Amino acid sequence: MERSDQEHISAVLQGDTPSFEPLVAKYSPRVFATARRYARKESEVEDIVQEIWMKAFNKLASFRGDAPFEHWLMRLAVRTCYDFLRGHQRNREATFTELSEPESDWLERFAADPGKAPEDEDAARLLVQRLMDQLPPAARLVIQLLEIEEKSVKEIAALTGWSIPLVKVRAFRARAEMKKCLARLARDKYL
Amino acid sequence: MQLDHLKQKLIAAARQNAPSDQVPFAFEKRIMARLADAGLPDGWILWSRALWRAAIPCLLIVVFSGLWSVRHNFQRTEDLSQQIEDTVLSELNQNLASIW
Repeated sequence: MERSDQEHISAVLQGDTPSFEPLVAKYSPRVFATARRYARKESEVEDIVQEIWMKAFNKLASFRGDAPFEHWLMRLAVRTCYDFLRGHQRNREATFTELSEPESDWLERFAADPGKAPEDEDAARLLVQRLMDQLPPAARLVIQLLEIEEKSVKEIAALTGWSIPLVKVRAFRARAEMKKCLARLARDKYL
Repeated sequence: MQLDHLKQKLIAAARQNAPSDQVPFAFEKRIMARLADAGLPDGWILWSRALWRAAIPCLLIVVFSGLWSVRHNFQRTEDLSQQIEDTVLSELNQNLASIW
């Protein structure tokens, strides 16, 4: 019979380190998907996920078991990804002048007729990534959670450890920041 | 260009292209190996921990021996001054004794 997460956690806390392996195997897909939202290079993604699991192991005693282990782990994952963003604030000043050809094509089609630029194209995905890379870490995290993953302010507060008013303030600033980036994209491309 | 519409399109693009949840082969083994490595204490770490533990007793010994040394020297200084005084005044004492 398969053991529950709580049984694995209790075993690990009693010194049975190998009981941690089934938890890693079970939740790594979710952790990888989260890390890939914030880091582009696969080597960086692996580093982030490794760090998340090391932190999870070291802080396992702080897991009280009130909520599912997955929620506790995702909080740890989001906070580690935010730390990664803060530590890697590079290329934020890059302009949009060096867009690839498919990205430029997509934007031109959008400018001519928004209906002719479908959002399921790779170019649109690359443009979003480029746009997200230009945002400050807090703004990027908020846009990712609020706009893309469609989480509520309360959920974001729980995931990030920020207060609800702080999430609201950061969401307001993040939207303004994103608008500024889009305006720069339009200016760099069309002026 | 309609910026709000562009924003909506790009956000929709991001929602449609959710990142992959693929895990590298034997990733959990790698994590377990790292945990096992982290569990083994490094010799230098043990040495530095021992040094840090020894630091407080050593400091206490230094303070006590310093205090003892200062106190001892002070007492000896008092004795020395008394001896000097006795030596200097001994002649005078002898003279006074002969006068009286």
